[in-house]
Amino acid sequence: MLFYTIKRLLALIPTLLAATMLVFLFVHLIPGDPASILLGDTATPEEVAALTRELGLDEPLWTQYLIWLGNVLQGDLGTSVFFGTPVLTVIADGAETSILLATMTMVWIVLFGVPIGIVSAMNKGRWIDQITSGGAMLFASIPTFWLGLYLILLFAVGLGWLPSSGFPSLTDTGGVTNLRYLILPSLTLAAPNAALIIRLVRASMLDVSREDHVRTARAKGLRPSRVAIRHIFRNALISVTAAFGFTFAALVSEAVVTETVFSLPGIGRLVVQSILRRDYPVIQGVILVIVVLYMFINLLVDLAYARLDPRISLK
Amino acid sequence: MALLDVENLEISIRFGHELLPVVRGVSFSVDENETLGIVGESGCGKSLTALAIMGLLEGSGVRVTGGRMRFGGRDLLAMSADERRHIMGNDMAMIFQEPMTSLNPVYRVGDQIIEALQQHRNLSRRAARRRAIELLDLVRIPEPDSRVDSFPHQLSGGQRQRVMIAMALSCDPKLLIADEPTTALDVTVQKEVLDLMLDLQKRTGTAIILISHDLGVIAETCNSVAVMYWGRLVETAPTDALFETLAHPYTRGLLHSIPAIDRDVDWLDAIPGRVPTIGEQIAGCPFHPRCPRAESRCRHEVPQPREIAPGHLVECHFPYGGDR
Repeated sequence: MLFYTIKRLLALIPTLLAATMLVFLFVHLIPGDPASILLGDTATPEEVAALTRELGLDEPLWTQYLIWLGNVLQGDLGTSVFFGTPVLTVIADGAETSILLATMTMVWIVLFGVPIGIVSAMNKGRWIDQITSGGAMLFASIPTFWLGLYLILLFAVGLGWLPSSGFPSLTDTGGVTNLRYLILPSLTLAAPNAALIIRLVRASMLDVSREDHVRTARAKGLRPSRVAIRHIFRNALISVTAAFGFTFAALVSEAVVTETVFSLPGIGRLVVQSILRRDYPVIQGVILVIVVLYMFINLLVDLAYARLDPRISLK
Repeated sequence: MALLDVENLEISIRFGHELLPVVRGVSFSVDENETLGIVGESGCGKSLTALAIMGLLEGSGVRVTGGRMRFGGRDLLAMSADERRHIMGNDMAMIFQEPMTSLNPVYRVGDQIIEALQQHRNLSRRAARRRAIELLDLVRIPEPDSRVDSFPHQLSGGQRQRVMIAMALSCDPKLLIADEPTTALDVTVQKEVLDLMLDLQKRTGTAIILISHDLGVIAETCNSVAVMYWGRLVETAPTDALFETLAHPYTRGLLHSIPAIDRDVDWLDAIPGRVPTIGEQIAGCPFHPRCPRAESRCRHEVPQPREIAPGHLVECHFPYGGDR
């Protein structure tokens, strides 16, 4: 297992190189240059040229890439053109929000999606399945911006129970209680994702329930609930695991709309804003981090497979 | 009274709004120490009959629509689901056709046996594990102490079927239903598994219902045989009597369609025609379109079971060995 993990981590290196090259290329393909955006409409061509030189953007592309790569290898992602602070700090600020938000969302997804999916599969075709399946379809279709705004209207504006926007860091005053800022956004994000997990759990369980070994389990005289959880859900979990992994990665990196609705300083919004600002170092840095995150989660999913299914051996 | 009494069993399958009977008028009984063979082509309803007795039809769109089943004097069809579950895997156990897929791939075989044990016996985990090792030894799995911790994919097909047998025997069932237990196995392993079952029967007195399409297997292992065709029992008899008279033309056809190694033939005597599909309407005897002895009476009148010798029932107007 340890050997396998090390091998997999080493295999990430070429993938990472390819990914950084692509990112670098694409970022520089975006029309417009940071210097003129930073200086605004009133800047003279001389000022723009001076800033371009200062930022190192007058070098050939491959030189810029090698310089950037060399710095990255030393742990230096560069300095944000817009904020003037190290990219690493900018990303770390966003990552705190995004990772906490994604984690809390995952808790809702598991808490709601898994049990409802199991109940739905166990009662296939009955009214309870029709209600949950219909509900899941509804929540999967609701746009997050709409759901987010209505949750704000109800719980923040109407009832006044929860804050409507922003997220002070856990290190700010308030500490852990600051997590309440993330309740509404995480519920918003959880709704469509939990709906998908409900459908997925239900479908995988129905697949497994047709397998011969489930009949063996029933023939032992086990209670239907035990058959459903120990034999059907347990085996269905193998195919649901990948969905959990990639949902988490997507929640960290792609929650742009929800972050915007709730004014959260997350990674998703950081990417979009940095692209608008042509903040090359930040875009490159964030995408690098997201690529690493995806590869890492991919590895975790594979390790989880091996834990869940003894037929898979890691060699 | 016999251990299991099945009377006029009818099983139907749901097709849209219609219920089509797939098993009709099936009656037989099995007693302790007895082995009953049910033989017939694929789709004749023999597995459905087994699942119905076991109580495993639920949720499959197939259900018992008539008749009675009494087990140890108790009416199985009148029982609640909980009462049925108490019998399942306890007094009545089943072995399935596919040893490769009948065990859960994610649990160790020992744990799967322990699960069956703990469901019906009040055993500690350690005692149950000890018993599981004993059972594996009983079904002649080598090194049961270490095999108990194997996963199913680490065992061969024959070993997996032995594990299934160990699991079925874990709570000393009074009735063991084996649905084609050896069909998926190599011929050499087939005999070992059958011998093992009969050997265990000698020790415990368990009644066995052996379902097979293989008349050879049935002839070697069973006390009595029930031949099934298109959902009906066409001939029921003690094994010796059955093979001596082969009274029903279908039974005869089945036996003759087995290729024999000591006969040099150019042509295999297959039964002509095909098995009718579910829901097909056939006037008279359902076998008459394929029967070499069919006469006009067979096309109009459904034959009722008649006893041509003690314990030998045939559903045929013109059985072999009978008066014409």
